[in-house]
Amino acid sequence: MLIVGELINASRKAVRELIETKNAEALVALAREQQAHGADYIDVNAGVFVGREPELLTWLVASVQGSLEAPCCIDSPDPKAIAAALAVHKGTALINSISLEKERYDALLPLVAESRSNVVALCMSDEGMPETADQRLGIADRLVNGLVKSGVPLGNIYVDPLVQPVATNNAFGVEFLQAIERITQAFPGVHTMCGLSNISFGLPERRFINQTFMVMAIARGLDGAIVNPLDQRMMACITTAETLMGRDAYCMGYLKAFRAGKLAAA
Amino acid sequence: MADHLNTIRDAVIGGKHGEIKGLVQQALDAGLDPGAIINDALIAAMDVVGKDFGAGKIFVPEMLVSAVTMKAGLDVVKPRLAGGERQSRGTIVMATVKGDLHDIGKNLVSMMLEGAGFKVMDLGVDLSVEKLIDQVKSIQPDILGLSALLTTTMPEMQKVIGELKTQGLRGTVKVLVGGAPVDRAFAEKIGADGYGANAAEAVELARRFAAAKA
Repeated sequence: MLIVGELINASRKAVRELIETKNAEALVALAREQQAHGADYIDVNAGVFVGREPELLTWLVASVQGSLEAPCCIDSPDPKAIAAALAVHKGTALINSISLEKERYDALLPLVAESRSNVVALCMSDEGMPETADQRLGIADRLVNGLVKSGVPLGNIYVDPLVQPVATNNAFGVEFLQAIERITQAFPGVHTMCGLSNISFGLPERRFINQTFMVMAIARGLDGAIVNPLDQRMMACITTAETLMGRDAYCMGYLKAFRAGKLAAA
Repeated sequence: MADHLNTIRDAVIGGKHGEIKGLVQQALDAGLDPGAIINDALIAAMDVVGKDFGAGKIFVPEMLVSAVTMKAGLDVVKPRLAGGERQSRGTIVMATVKGDLHDIGKNLVSMMLEGAGFKVMDLGVDLSVEKLIDQVKSIQPDILGLSALLTTTMPEMQKVIGELKTQGLRGTVKVLVGGAPVDRAFAEKIGADGYGANAAEAVELARRFAAAKA
């Protein structure tokens, strides 16, 4: 399971202030803490700084990687910001994200191919947001084929089928779950991932929905997630679901989490 | 008479979408004024729903089912209105700006504005400045509601306001903005007339604008 730590996101007020005051030390500490709790990638997002995003996203990558060996998940809808941040990134980055929206697709495709990065392929097109599993599969098909034809290895692609709130449509949970399973079957070797907290928009006690949905998605084949690694309960759910899905030889991952005290406190 | 209205009001608040048509029909059969059913029962109920949602007492699905119920009730009353068309509180054009395909929040706001008695023209998503200006010219709404869910598309809102000014239309329409990355400071910076953090706030603002105009 690929874990992307989501906390360095400027839409969080505390992080926005750290970026505004260029407090690299505190940001590195936040990155280090996420890594210690199991994050494989550190997400960096400076989206709220309209006009300054390329400059600040670049600064974020350089700051995090300046004193920590950790690849970043470069999180922006703006190809210019991604290009700038990618230029200073060390190691294999995860670009978050390309989509089938024409402008974004055309600008990012060469960047993904040339940099040999991993990439999140978001199931969204100029026709709008997909609602059904069929629509998601259709977009995923075009994205995966386009990327592979440009030389991006299948294993570098993380399809995000796009989570939508179940509060606004009963079917949004099940359509997403079906999409995960069908994408996993249709493109063997491709990965899936998502930020799933959108599922619980509009409902109270969102953590129950988020945790349950995570387990259900892993059961259908999800193998990547953008989460808060400091959320011990969520991380314990992920570890356990992986064990139950047969992805944890001799239950070593589960036992390791137990010995590290990660299950008791959750 | 008050009984009928109260029953309808409670049914909308409780989201009893299976029962509402029968209840409204009974009220009409009992000789109640269609206008009273709309204003004092259906819209009055949605006012309560909006306030409860704004206060965090009820949640999105409950608001949705109330709106569905309200609409079903309205469908029964509408043919009985003298002249067919009921008087609205005002016309509102809603849209998500260019480059942005998010519509869940905008749809919720549109629905609640309709529930509050406004005539809502929802233009959908990915609306260019030119298209929006054309629509403002032809529909001549009292309010223009703009939504953006991406930091990259927020500046489109400013462009729309700028173009309204250039074309001499700014004085004719109030501009309301909203969406996850949008905040009050941004709304003030770009010269919008109001910012709603959620559907309830948007309805409250629209109501205030309508009252000021009346």
